[in-house]
Amino acid sequence: MSESSQLHISTFRRGVHPDEYKNLTCHLPSQIMSLPDEVFIPLQQHIGAPCEALVEKGDLVKTGQKIADSPAFVSSPIHASITGTVVAVTSFPHPLGAKVPMIHIKRDGEEDEWELLKTPENWETASQEDLGKLVREAGVVGLGGAAFPTHVKMSPPADKPIDHFILNGCECEPFLTCDHRNMLEDTDRILKGMAIMMRILGIKQGIVGIESNKADAIATIEARVKSLNLSFKIQPLKVKYPQGAEKMLIDAALGRKVPAGGLPMDVGVVVNNIATALAVYEAVVDGKPLIQRMLTVTGDAIQSPGNLTSRIGTPFQICVDACGGLKDETSQVFMGGPMMGLVQYDLQVPTLKATSGIVCMQSSQLKNTRHYPCIQCGTCVGVCPMNLVPTRLSRLAETAKYQDCKDWGVFNCIECGSCAFVCPSGIPLVQWIRVGKVKSTEQQQKAQA
Amino acid sequence: MTEENLPQAQPETPKKPVKPKKDPRAKLYKPETPLILASSPHFHTRDTVPRIMWNVIAALVPATVLALVYFQWAAVGIILTSVSSALIAEMLVNKVKGDSFTIPDGSALITGLLLALTLPPSFSLGGTALGSVFAIVVGKHFFGGLGYNIFNPALLGRAFLQASFPVPMTTWIWPLTARYADVDGITAATPLGLFKFEGVSSELSGLLTGNISGSLGETSAITILIGGLYLLIRKYADWRIPMSFLLSTFLVSGVFWLISPESYPSPVFQLFSGGLMLGAFFMATDMVTSPVTARGAWIFGTGAGFILVIIRLFGGLPEGVMYSILLMNAFTPLINRYTRPKFFGEIRA
Repeated sequence: MSESSQLHISTFRRGVHPDEYKNLTCHLPSQIMSLPDEVFIPLQQHIGAPCEALVEKGDLVKTGQKIADSPAFVSSPIHASITGTVVAVTSFPHPLGAKVPMIHIKRDGEEDEWELLKTPENWETASQEDLGKLVREAGVVGLGGAAFPTHVKMSPPADKPIDHFILNGCECEPFLTCDHRNMLEDTDRILKGMAIMMRILGIKQGIVGIESNKADAIATIEARVKSLNLSFKIQPLKVKYPQGAEKMLIDAALGRKVPAGGLPMDVGVVVNNIATALAVYEAVVDGKPLIQRMLTVTGDAIQSPGNLTSRIGTPFQICVDACGGLKDETSQVFMGGPMMGLVQYDLQVPTLKATSGIVCMQSSQLKNTRHYPCIQCGTCVGVCPMNLVPTRLSRLAETAKYQDCKDWGVFNCIECGSCAFVCPSGIPLVQWIRVGKVKSTEQQQKAQA
Repeated sequence: MTEENLPQAQPETPKKPVKPKKDPRAKLYKPETPLILASSPHFHTRDTVPRIMWNVIAALVPATVLALVYFQWAAVGIILTSVSSALIAEMLVNKVKGDSFTIPDGSALITGLLLALTLPPSFSLGGTALGSVFAIVVGKHFFGGLGYNIFNPALLGRAFLQASFPVPMTTWIWPLTARYADVDGITAATPLGLFKFEGVSSELSGLLTGNISGSLGETSAITILIGGLYLLIRKYADWRIPMSFLLSTFLVSGVFWLISPESYPSPVFQLFSGGLMLGAFFMATDMVTSPVTARGAWIFGTGAGFILVIIRLFGGLPEGVMYSILLMNAFTPLINRYTRPKFFGEIRA
């Protein structure tokens, strides 16, 4: 591609454009939250094997001390996020809905004593293996939402050559602005984190994909890339949802299509989130394990929305109170944005590594409550970025035709919610598709048994 | 409170007070407002079914107004009769089925209005009411109501009338001559009929402005185009359907015209005559009865255009829009099934 194509704004096909609501918080510098009195740290905050607790009730732990780990490769260790005493290792409510084992730590006094990782003198000369190990030891996972262990992404199998690294600065969910703020406030560290990951992968081509509604971030990153003498390409992207989905971003930035059922590495690409790059830099250079992150606390039900840097495991209520608390008549609270966020029933759930925001909604501008029969308008078909027929999938799931569900590609669905967002009949398409996925899997397992 | 009701001390059985297990987070827990649980996505566009339906009605306004101008009291009678019988039928079906009241969603009104616009101005009001009731009861609710009907209800109602009253359904009058439906107008053949049975071609200007004989709403191509374009711009109709319908009509009839210009009408005449414009923009695009996929929409429109030309040129009737759309309606489930879009990243063997 020529130089002039750098400013060409690209995108993927289909998708939707929900109202952004980002100006509630996008201009607000992040604030470091005061240390919480207690934290609840789940033993599983990532895709893969859950960790085993390494501490017991009564143990004293330091900030950054490893408190849980697993011998499995696809897993990620967990660290204490405050200095204090372990009060209990038992089940507490989790943002996903169930009660899961967590380590409950209470803070002792005011000190915040860190236990740092051993870092190499200079990451530019350290071995790739050592860097990869460090990323694992620091418990870095994908902070965009999926929480896939980063060190696994950094070690692709030999038969999958990687040639491109994409830094995901899309932040296409409405309301969320933490990646945007990170890009403005921690530009250098993020770019260096990206360079570290590219060194681990041994690749030279890096792309930073940013949606064009973050013009200041594009300008800042462009300027810093130049002054740091990096060779990254900045790719502005048209504002569209779900651009931040890995497969859509790869299509938008490189024009490569990840095969159905495949992974980005099948087309030679590794995608990582802004916050992940920052976490990698902090681990490799500062020796800090992943125990804090920036998250956006926003929504029309929050008194004073803001971007907070908070310790992982802080109960939602504390984060919400740090932003002035909830207004009356709060009707919904989600972890994540309104398109894919998980609804919460209890504000005592802790933030996770992958919690990018807490969105509290007052009005039910949310969903239209009237439901109509499907009128076959095909709008959902026209917006599905994965080229599925959501209306049919939902009806097949509704009528328990799970084999047909599979044939019509139910497992390709990324649950971005574009279909249900546009449905004029207010049909909970994504919910039915999830039912279809679960039941098809069950049926398959039964058939095999 | 009286003495007996007071709790009495029982020193003989010293019970240890059972301490409720303390939730360490109890002091934090403030369930002031119960939170609503729902599956994502939590956002929604403002589009709803009634909004779509009322927009379609708005798009029909120009054609309706012109029908009133040209056919005056005849048009008033037929439109009012058709719409009111459709609404009453819808209400009665709601009652019988025990459904909620569905008039506000606007779909019954569309059916009534569309049927009226496809009727000849001299048609009897009784027949109009009958067709309208048939469209709602049989065409829509026998199949399960809104969203489940296979055929466009208005067209099914018209097909029913065509089969029941073949002569009044093909008796036409000149615009601006009718006062009441039963007062003698000057009967006249439609441009399509003229060509088919007498070999007379009509002026294009008449076809565009609607100053020709024909059904109430289909005489003027311009008013329908205005409404149709509105629908396409607001994305309440799939542009592929009218596009492919008109294109295939033009091309197929063009082939015949090139073969023998004397015996077959020109493709331009085919495009602007009869009910094609109304059918292509307002009936073929009916969401319920047209395919949901993009490829399906192309197949649907192309097929309808092909059938239309065959009926117009070789069938016993001068006009074939109604049957071409109804036939393609029947194919819609099949088209939907066989035009599954290629999944993102799918490699087909």
